[in-house]
Amino acid sequence: MLDMEFNIKYLFISKKIIFDLFFTIYRYNQAMSNSDLKVKVWRGAQEGEFVEYLVPRNPNQTVLDVVTFIQRKLDPTLSYRFACRVGMCGSCAMTVNGVARWTCRTHVSQIVEGDSLEIAPLNNLPVIKDLATDMREFFDKWKGAVGFFKGDKTRHDDFARVEPQSPERQLANAGIECIGCGVCYSSCEVVQSRPNYLGPAALNRAWTLTNDVRDVQQLDRLRAVAGDEGCHACHTQGSCTERCPKKLEPTASISGLKKLVARAAVRGSKWGKL
Amino acid sequence: MQAKLWYAQRISAMVLGLCVSIHLVIIFYAIRGGLTAEEILGRTQGNIAFAVFYEIFVLACFVHAPIGLANILEETFSKGFISKALSSLLAVLILILGTTAVIGVYTGGTL
Amino acid sequence: MSPRPKLDLRAKSHLSYFAYACHRFSGLLLACFIPLHFLMLSQSLRGASEFERYLGLTDFWVFKFGEWALVILLAIHLVGGIRLIMIEFGPWRGLRKAWTQVAVLFGIACGLLFLYLAD
Repeated sequence: MLDMEFNIKYLFISKKIIFDLFFTIYRYNQAMSNSDLKVKVWRGAQEGEFVEYLVPRNPNQTVLDVVTFIQRKLDPTLSYRFACRVGMCGSCAMTVNGVARWTCRTHVSQIVEGDSLEIAPLNNLPVIKDLATDMREFFDKWKGAVGFFKGDKTRHDDFARVEPQSPERQLANAGIECIGCGVCYSSCEVVQSRPNYLGPAALNRAWTLTNDVRDVQQLDRLRAVAGDEGCHACHTQGSCTERCPKKLEPTASISGLKKLVARAAVRGSKWGKL
Repeated sequence: MQAKLWYAQRISAMVLGLCVSIHLVIIFYAIRGGLTAEEILGRTQGNIAFAVFYEIFVLACFVHAPIGLANILEETFSKGFISKALSSLLAVLILILGTTAVIGVYTGGTL
Repeated sequence: MSPRPKLDLRAKSHLSYFAYACHRFSGLLLACFIPLHFLMLSQSLRGASEFERYLGLTDFWVFKFGEWALVILLAIHLVGGIRLIMIEFGPWRGLRKAWTQVAVLFGIACGLLFLYLAD
């Protein structure tokens, strides 16, 4: 019996090693391939088509490098957004092979399929031109979820004292690194099927502010996230948490909101009745 | 309202979690060697515990399933009266047919 | 000219979405099945022999296959549901992917148990 268990474990470990080896060799082969990349890029706006460009491979090439090459050397009419190009600002988010990513942080070698790449604008947002989307609705929903801070102290008052280890502050800290890149919003199927759904980023921000003891709009915020388009529309599909480039977990924030709002709807909250 | 519906669905889900686990055990026990009406009624007829258990089960389903269906309909078709209509229909069917079934197996036709 | 691309399967190919899809699919089929199940059971009001006659209507292999499939769907929906309750009410420990695996395994186990115990 013990022998069997050992054999089975050995089998699993060796399978994993072999699989990893094959995967590494496969990816290495792809990266070392000398043929040009065939890159399909969305051209147009809400209507348009995918146009294919041939882009030479380079070591350590990122998808942003590819898009930049196309715009500078092949087709200057291509429109796209980027800023820091080092994974800090979130401006370069696009849909690469169907998945929303930061293009400056996505190595071609990691996601290329054979020789091909498909680059499209972020989903769930209207397209202005080519790879640039209109992010107004994304930020409007942020406002709609009361995702902004308002306190009641002035410069003449003493500092607010917030204990960093307090449970509320720890919950808030878990979600405040969001830079509003839109990847989660554009990965969410509920956003697609309920156009008014506030979305993971707005709700995540609302949750962090709900846990900010200095904020004075808590009741408004609860009401804002309690409606038809609020936190309860989330189906815990988890795409937001899977795709967030900063490894934030909007699913956790939204779950927190769901409990808070449900309790408030049934029993009233510490800030008053909903 | 959404919040209350969500809460109701989760509470009924917890009740169903218990009921379904027990029901699965009963299913596996009952199907051994085939299932006949006599066997079923032999267990449930006159058994008030079964009747109460299954009525709770029916009531939990009556809350849980229509809310779930409403969500699916709202997201596949647009939000409108069709989702409310179909899920209310399901609710009515579950409540009436379910309670009838519970009464049926409790009385075993001796009504 | 075609309309702009939308979220497709590539965006949804991750375990948590698969868990959601299974839960929704099994829930929908169960919701369709339950009224029929109650209808059949309420035939017991007609007494044991009449009930037996109606039960006999389900001797077709299609119904037998359906019963087996529904037991599996019920098992998956149950464990997937427990996973959701853990995510929404329990302490946050990520998307509870282990629970998804348990759901699939439990579904398979129930399916096999059903085949073994049924005649």
